[in-house]
Amino acid sequence: MFETDTATAPAPSRRTILKAGAAGGLLLVIPLPLARADDRTKAAFAPDAFIRLDTTGKVTLVMPQVEMGQGIYTAHAMMMADEMDADWQMVSVEAAPPNTALYANPMLTVQATGNSNSVRAFWKPLRTTAAAARAMLIAAAAKQWKVDPASCTADSGNVVHAASGRKLSYGALANAAAKELRPADPTLKTPDQFKLIGKPLKRIDTPDKVNGTAKFGIDMMPEGVKFATLAASPVLGGKVGNVDGQSDAMAVPGVKQIVILDDLVAVVGDHYWAAKQGLDALNITWNDGANANVTTALVWADLKKAAASPGLVAKKEGDADKALSNGDKLEAKYELPFLAHAPMEPMNCTVHVTPDSCEIWVGTQVCARTQEAGATITGLPLEKVTVHNQLLGGGFGRRLETDATEKAVRIAQKVDGPVKVVYSREEDIQHDRYRPSYYTQMWATLKDGKIDGWLHRVAGSSVVARWLAPAFAGNHNIDFDEVDSAIDQPYDIPNLRVEAVRAEPPGVTTGFWRGVGPNNNVFAVESFMDELANKAGKDPVDFRRSMLDKNPRLLNALNVVAQKSGWGSALPKRVGRGVCCQPSFASFIATVVEAEVDENGEVHLRRINTAVDVGTAVNPDTIRAQLQGGIVFGLTAALYGEVTLENGRVQQSNFNDYRMLRINQVPNIEVHLIKSAEPPGGIGETGTTAGPPALRNAIYAATGIALRRLPIDREILSGRKKA
Amino acid sequence: MIELKINGETKSVEASPDTPLLWVLRDVLGMTGTKFGCGIAQCGACTVQLDGKSMRSCLLPIGSVGARAITTIEGIGATPVGAKVQKAWLELEVVQCGYCQSGQIMSAAALLANNPNPDDADIDAAMSGNICRCGTYVRIREAIKRAAKA
Repeated sequence: MFETDTATAPAPSRRTILKAGAAGGLLLVIPLPLARADDRTKAAFAPDAFIRLDTTGKVTLVMPQVEMGQGIYTAHAMMMADEMDADWQMVSVEAAPPNTALYANPMLTVQATGNSNSVRAFWKPLRTTAAAARAMLIAAAAKQWKVDPASCTADSGNVVHAASGRKLSYGALANAAAKELRPADPTLKTPDQFKLIGKPLKRIDTPDKVNGTAKFGIDMMPEGVKFATLAASPVLGGKVGNVDGQSDAMAVPGVKQIVILDDLVAVVGDHYWAAKQGLDALNITWNDGANANVTTALVWADLKKAAASPGLVAKKEGDADKALSNGDKLEAKYELPFLAHAPMEPMNCTVHVTPDSCEIWVGTQVCARTQEAGATITGLPLEKVTVHNQLLGGGFGRRLETDATEKAVRIAQKVDGPVKVVYSREEDIQHDRYRPSYYTQMWATLKDGKIDGWLHRVAGSSVVARWLAPAFAGNHNIDFDEVDSAIDQPYDIPNLRVEAVRAEPPGVTTGFWRGVGPNNNVFAVESFMDELANKAGKDPVDFRRSMLDKNPRLLNALNVVAQKSGWGSALPKRVGRGVCCQPSFASFIATVVEAEVDENGEVHLRRINTAVDVGTAVNPDTIRAQLQGGIVFGLTAALYGEVTLENGRVQQSNFNDYRMLRINQVPNIEVHLIKSAEPPGGIGETGTTAGPPALRNAIYAATGIALRRLPIDREILSGRKKA
Repeated sequence: MIELKINGETKSVEASPDTPLLWVLRDVLGMTGTKFGCGIAQCGACTVQLDGKSMRSCLLPIGSVGARAITTIEGIGATPVGAKVQKAWLELEVVQCGYCQSGQIMSAAALLANNPNPDDADIDAAMSGNICRCGTYVRIREAIKRAAKA
């Protein structure tokens, strides 16, 4: 039902204008109507860069937001079809080509899919576009019938004039609608008028994913494609020294070519296996460079040193110093490790470079940046670089980076014809852009059983400073992501300060990882809340309830999950329940994990409940799925996730030593959706941030051991090692 | 030349006998439904069936396949069990990114072909070799039970 091939870049006159919105985000201002007949789709009616309607009534939504499992193809199509009153059966979607001017994410200013904001960012702009299209179709019908447009209605792909019983299909009206003036400010539906939004419609991308026909980036097979795999320096940032054994590699059946660049070696063959065998036959020596002595211990020593000094003040309320100087004080320091993304689809990119063109096939969260990377490397003008964006076999932030594409383009420059560059899993894990290590220091004082003073100092690498530099500079050098869910922690605290310390680890490039900054801050805040509740002699849920007066939606979610999880009821020995509350990504979520810690320190998940007020739920079933999956993603990190460095090399390599939760370890996960008519919040990353603190607090309840570092340490939980 | 029986058709491929089936399927025959995930039989993304038994194709040399019938995700829907699994997968909307789901479906279909009424322990035993990074396990379990009842 959907296509992932790309169209040629639309004509430059079809501008979408970005301007700052009142709410601090960005609004998409819809351009003047243009009735451009697209060469490829023969769309009769294309009111802007997003919607195309042809004379058969087929409606195509051009999707800037990429499908990586989160269900956005379906959610955006529902938003469009509902507001346009299109026939759902006639709706399909297509991946947008690279074009920042047309397709930038209004909340990020970049053509990017991330930060759980695709529904939020396009909630109004996309529906406005669709409503304009509906108004133009109605106007066209009314003109034909010589009646007042206000006497006409739209329903399921038809315009209807009830008084005369006349009806015209959208397909029949497409050409005429293209000549209508686009209304500047079309009326949007009120929630009670929604026909599709709020229904658990079936996803449009999944039928092809159960029969092997769905195409991911790694499945691209342009005519004449060859296959390559690569090795970069095991020491991060190292360079190629000598490459011996080249004749052995060339003797491997199917090997065609060895490509040696300054920082990597690739072997090209008739299939991946030949390329891999050829690469393994080489004996490469590397010039390790500046990072040869980098270790995890060094990274942490640097980080803790930087964190010893106060950071930049990201938020201040009352007088935290004064409140912290007297009263019942608690201090805790929380540590989170580097993490790899490990999407199931290893990093890959297919490229064909010719003297005057560069064609790229890849699944990416940053389509326009991919095009820019191709142009920069080849020296070709932007319009000579074509990007065919594909389904993503998991993104999780890994595909917000263009490093793998850059390597593939550089390899392809040396290869005659198209080449598909596929990372081995080992290369994928050892050359990631890692989730930062975070060191978060928390101080608080209690007064009358509630929090009086609060200091939250987060220290870590800034991804935003590299990835979206203007947003870093524009925020007084405070990374908005590093302090996300710290400056907006949900509790009533009279005296509070949040500080941010930026400390870049030697040799390691960091990147966004599902859950981003809130991963760290929700973990620190919610772990600390349990330790404070313990200090106050209060039940963790009651303690939180007493400070959620200004956050009724979160309080409600907490009450729902407490009831659904049987909070407070008796449990066997060494079994505990842990709670996590979070207002992150503009959704309000409370989660309870029930877990057992056995005598060997192994942790067994028993039951998971989560209550969510996401505002308007565009597709409730997708929201449930995202919570279920996100929680597993977060718990995987809490139980196993850690990337360590020795001699500048990442020590983990594949799923045997970078472990994943498996089906036998995952209990039922019940998601309780709270009905709400508020604007939609984000959902893709919320489960990931909710799982780890809830589990950590369950372990605390089960054993009394206050873990302050992830992944969990089974040595400590078994009593073999002191906390 | 090695002859392979894939989804009921005989294919002749030119590749050395030690080449894993995965790469012959994907890169030589262009059957990209079977996925590469780890290359060391840790994740199950490359699962196919050999005479109805689930196998990791990333470590299976084509020279060792012999006359055994290979079934891939492209062919599993033609079997009654495979069709039931695919239907249940869509009814319960198991799939997220979908990359691992070819392997999940191949493992689930092999399980149900041998055990029409698996309990949770049977499902765990048959499916724990298949990693899903999106975390669709809860729905995989339910969908296997739904397919069993269908």
